[in-house]
Amino acid sequence: MVATANNLVYERPEGFTDTPTHYCPGCTHGVAHRLVAEVLEEMGVLDKTIGVAPVGCAVFAYNYFDTDFVEAPHGRAPAMATGIKRVLPDRIVFTYQGDGDLASIGMGEIVHAAARGENITVIFINNANFGMTGGQMAPTTLPGMKTTSSPNGRDVETQGYPIRTSELLATLDGAGYVVRRSLHDPKNIRLAKKAIRLAFETQVRGLGFSMVELLSTCPTNWNLTPLESLKFVEDKMVAYFPLGDYKVSPLVAQVKV
Amino acid sequence: MTRELWEGNQAIAEAAVRAGLEAYFGYPITPQTEVLEYLSRRMPELGRAFVQAESELGAINMVYGAACAGVRVMSTSSSPGVSLMMEGLSYIAGTEIPAVLVNVMRGGPGLGNIAPSQGDYNQAVHGGGHGDYPRIVLAPASVQEAIDLTMLSFDLAEKYRMITMVLADGSIGQMMEPIQFPEMKPVQRKDWDWATNGRMGKRERRLLTSIYLDPYQEEKANMRLLERWKQVQANEVRYKEYFMDDAEYVVVGFGTAGRVSLSAVRTARQEGIKVGLLRPVTVSPFPLDVIDELVKRVSGILVVEMNSGQMLEDVRLAVQGRVPVEFYGRMGGVVPFPDEVLSEIHRMISDKVPSKLSPRDAWFERMTAVK
Repeated sequence: MVATANNLVYERPEGFTDTPTHYCPGCTHGVAHRLVAEVLEEMGVLDKTIGVAPVGCAVFAYNYFDTDFVEAPHGRAPAMATGIKRVLPDRIVFTYQGDGDLASIGMGEIVHAAARGENITVIFINNANFGMTGGQMAPTTLPGMKTTSSPNGRDVETQGYPIRTSELLATLDGAGYVVRRSLHDPKNIRLAKKAIRLAFETQVRGLGFSMVELLSTCPTNWNLTPLESLKFVEDKMVAYFPLGDYKVSPLVAQVKV
Repeated sequence: MTRELWEGNQAIAEAAVRAGLEAYFGYPITPQTEVLEYLSRRMPELGRAFVQAESELGAINMVYGAACAGVRVMSTSSSPGVSLMMEGLSYIAGTEIPAVLVNVMRGGPGLGNIAPSQGDYNQAVHGGGHGDYPRIVLAPASVQEAIDLTMLSFDLAEKYRMITMVLADGSIGQMMEPIQFPEMKPVQRKDWDWATNGRMGKRERRLLTSIYLDPYQEEKANMRLLERWKQVQANEVRYKEYFMDDAEYVVVGFGTAGRVSLSAVRTARQEGIKVGLLRPVTVSPFPLDVIDELVKRVSGILVVEMNSGQMLEDVRLAVQGRVPVEFYGRMGGVVPFPDEVLSEIHRMISDKVPSKLSPRDAWFERMTAVK
């Protein structure tokens, strides 16, 4: 059936380029990308947005967004975003980072960007492993979870405990808006979009650092089907990484979206 | 213009301001911290960006971001900090954007000390970050020259979309000398056709990256860097010559080692020795052709450095064994005295039969004997 104005219910947002996805079937990166593109379009800020891509599966994020983009070294996206935002304070600057990028090699940069209250927005994809390199253990890998570098399951005695990044960053006074959402079902996807909107509104109003952590799937490296992966997020990930608002500064709380 | 007494680090900072520096990102490390301190006051007073970063990694990536936005941006550090910045330098080079970095070198390796050194020559000129990339490296020998080269570095970085490093050392950074500042240049945000500063209703989206998954595209990018480097080599070689008109022997040294050597050369001249000094100002691009010409008219070359003979290899490359090359170096933050260089000049001239050892081995043997 040909799409017409009468039967068209879903189309590519303006914020997207016409590029076929490189992500694996069932991966929720695509959903997260779409939510960001929709929000930027709805806010009418595509024209003045500069994205910062990470190293990891989303290294090619710049292929999909119809905005200016730069590609950061592994973990350094918040520092790069700081450099851009400080010289172009009227632009919208966001980073899009995975858990290896943000919570492992880039922990220093993210903590200090939040502490400085940089007016940038961070979209943080937590899928509990290093996806791009083939599913190694990340700081977010659940206790007992098997990865290619914790083949017998993450042993917390020798490999430590997962890091709850949102809770950690929420302790910093520079953070204006830090929340965790999930992409495992339509209801949560809608809540995630609302949070992404509020994060960018935080930046527009100059209310400090904003981050939305999104619990995401990695069917390929988890060795699960896409549906099983969604179930894993709902049952296992949410249990360890509770959804919620970890920091909503009083001024951000007044913002209605 | 009035002459003023300024410390090297603060003078470098003010020179960058006068060159139109729009953003500075740095981290404290001796002996360059005064640059950071000075700009923490000066930049906000002018409404320009200043951030004390969480680390040199953070600082260089802030530089990377601001450089992508198309503004004049700089960081400064000293040896261990510059090592941390090598990741960012490689990315900046791969992205083909301009940025300025000042290295106020100190003794090493490792934590080393905070005394003046030239131990980072190879890192600055030949090595550093991963991958193949050229970079411009300017070596001042006085506070005035540090000012002039800092200002020049922004123009060169932008002209060639290339990292430009000012390679100073702790003595240049810490010393106070009478200087003259050039006029303040206004901040001019240029409308670069590559900057990622938002489409702003004027153009298609832009991407700045150093990733080329297709090796053939990456090779093309490497070729592009080399083509630009050819232009730099053809246009930007800078050096200073002293007492060279009738020189039969020549001392080659850059930065502080060149300056110390000049004192020795002056004394030698008073003794009637026909010796001159060649001081490379651009150590990258290196004045290979200048040395190639020198070889045709001098009887010996003495290389003096505050390291174990790093620039020595570049001099030997130009000399190609046609005249004897001698080396004298002090390491680990030790600065040679003019007397030491003068003795080396005497020795070079009196040694009728050159040593069979390589210049570095011969020097090392002499150093060991002294101990």
